[in-house]
Amino acid sequence: MENKGLNKVGLIFENIDPKEVLTKAFKMTRDEIIQQVLDSGLKGRGGAGFPTGMKWKFTAAEKDPEKYIVCNADEGEPGTFKDREILDRVAYKVYGGMAIAGHTIGAKEGYVYLRGEYKFLLPKLMKELDDFHKMIDEIGYDFRIHYRMGSGAYICGEESALFESIEGFRGEPRNKPPYPTTSGVFCKPTSINNVETLVTVMMIIRDGAESYVRLGTKDSRGSKVFSISGDTPTPGIFELELGMTVQEFVKEFGDGDTKAVQVGGASGFCVPRKKFENTIIGFEGVPTGGSMKLFNSSRSMYNVLHNYLDFFTEESCGQCTPCRVGCQQLLKGVEKVKKGEVKSTYLNELVKLADTMKIASKCGLGQSVGNAFRTIVENFREEIIY
Amino acid sequence: MYEVEDLVKNLSLKYGRSRRSLMPILQGIVEKHNYLTDEVMVEVAKALDISAAEVYGTASFYTFLDTQVRGKYVIRVCKTITCSMKGKGEIMQTIEEMLKIRPGETTPDRMFSLLETNCIGWCHKAPAMLINEMPYTELTSEKVVEILKSYMKTK
Repeated sequence: MENKGLNKVGLIFENIDPKEVLTKAFKMTRDEIIQQVLDSGLKGRGGAGFPTGMKWKFTAAEKDPEKYIVCNADEGEPGTFKDREILDRVAYKVYGGMAIAGHTIGAKEGYVYLRGEYKFLLPKLMKELDDFHKMIDEIGYDFRIHYRMGSGAYICGEESALFESIEGFRGEPRNKPPYPTTSGVFCKPTSINNVETLVTVMMIIRDGAESYVRLGTKDSRGSKVFSISGDTPTPGIFELELGMTVQEFVKEFGDGDTKAVQVGGASGFCVPRKKFENTIIGFEGVPTGGSMKLFNSSRSMYNVLHNYLDFFTEESCGQCTPCRVGCQQLLKGVEKVKKGEVKSTYLNELVKLADTMKIASKCGLGQSVGNAFRTIVENFREEIIY
Repeated sequence: MYEVEDLVKNLSLKYGRSRRSLMPILQGIVEKHNYLTDEVMVEVAKALDISAAEVYGTASFYTFLDTQVRGKYVIRVCKTITCSMKGKGEIMQTIEEMLKIRPGETTPDRMFSLLETNCIGWCHKAPAMLINEMPYTELTSEKVVEILKSYMKTK
């Protein structure tokens, strides 16, 4: 097991000369950029972790002359707030990453889908976008970015639901395949990337893949911006090298009494104290889109689980039965167990239901409800029952 | 009625009359009038040449596109785990007592609506709330009272 310890990094928020990086990128061929991104080992920073280079390769290979690059800024996972900070501080790097992606896949237009909760940022972001458009006009490159706003639906962070929303429909996920790289927004080949991923690409192009791979582990290259909250003396946003254990993380950010860390938000995994030492934060252990919530021994894990289930019950789009009914039944189920209306073994039935949702749900929302459910119920069973 | 027609007309001129203009148009109406009335949704349907059921179906999917009466200032207090752990209950109680409304209700003068919402991305500065689009963080009861007073003055 490769263990990198806790190492603070400053790539994402570093101020750079975007013109220099873009001029360099536009002189590179599509294949050269794709190779750089593949070599960097960069995986999507939104949480799902699909290799960015592969996504671009597939989209670039499509013959359709009309393609799009979409920046997913519908950051809604409970405990995640890094994309807001990135947009607030270095939006020009996000736009730059989109232009590089556009150049690579052959898209002349891009969309940023910004969650409605962050609308207060829009005037500033639009002004910076104007400056960006002026800059790429100076370079002599044809590319335009548009903003679309969300309206308070968590599910729109799911890529195909996000496309539906841009097109003016209910944010209900589509069946896959076809994948976005073949048929995305407006049913055209689309690369949809997270805010942080696009910024990371700017840095990879500037510094080269060989510099980036020095950070992180074999399965989790580079660094990542973490959103840290809960029972910690230092809540906030920190860019850390991937490959640390939960133990090392807790040593730095815990309050001395940490009993569990929820990695990856409500759709992520709960790591209890006894597993801190042997759990790596990254794709070889527990993956995360950046959300890290610490809970100390004063917290009831029943309340945590109940809060998450309540969240999913409200945010399920209701399109497919396993997720719509599953979320409701899990919520009702844990309430019944807590009240003693059913035997505690009923929890085993609920775990089976969560597993079924993982297999049968149409999109990532329903598929991941079981992550938190299983890990909290397995590790804190007595807190759920008594 | 004329006002509704004009607003929809202006928004559809700005964003276009295709289906993909629907969200920006609805968002523009909510920004101005706080919520979507039946008549405004019918007007949008006419402008985009789609069925009113399509407009309602889309609007009702999105939490921020309210189809019920909302006040000039919509208060959305975050209820997700960190805010809930860090004193959301107390914040709600303070607002309820001050405005004399319960969650989901609007003050009789149509100034304030009080709602609970899911994670708004301020967990490191919990508890947090939005009033329309403005976030307020690291709330205490005293702070909330001051914030609401400042909104009351802008009547």
